[in-house]
Amino acid sequence: MADLDEIRTMIEQALPGSTVEVQDHGGGDHLSAVVVAPQFEGMSRIDQHKAVYAAVQARIDDGQIHALALKTRTPEAP
Amino acid sequence: MSDVSTMTEDEILEAIKSEVAANRVFLYMKGTPDAPACGFSMRVVQILELVGVEYGSRNILEDPRVRMVLSQWSDWPTIPQLFVDGKLVGGCDIVTELYQDGELQQMVPSS
Repeated sequence: MADLDEIRTMIEQALPGSTVEVQDHGGGDHLSAVVVAPQFEGMSRIDQHKAVYAAVQARIDDGQIHALALKTRTPEAP
Repeated sequence: MSDVSTMTEDEILEAIKSEVAANRVFLYMKGTPDAPACGFSMRVVQILELVGVEYGSRNILEDPRVRMVLSQWSDWPTIPQLFVDGKLVGGCDIVTELYQDGELQQMVPSS
């Protein structure tokens, strides 16, 4: 069972200036997140996702997150 | 595609690198394009068919070491994995999003 506020904080700390929304899709370990971060500028989608997964790796490793579906974009994008 | 069952892990890694380099579009999937063994792999196959691009593929279920070696190399844990021009583009979610945004169509060669 993940603490959604903690997950959001972990991503925001790894990507300063980002806007993060985390949702639980049932069971507390199947999550989704929308991450808007200036650091994503010039990065491929896969590298953007890798950056977010890296920020919460500890919670993936300890099983609190089983799945995390991501939407990532830069602040400028529509 | 080459048979990996008699290969060492190092040889599997070399086979992966060379097939990704030799094909502009290459998909690692569960099952085959004609018989996908997982819904996520099937969705990527369907998108590639919709885009109308030629692609190579390998069934990672043929040997458990393929998935292990591939994921270590690509630094991506899940299957499917789509490569374009030697680079990992993404799995099912990213490929779907890129297709819906029209970006995938611009990344792959039109046939």
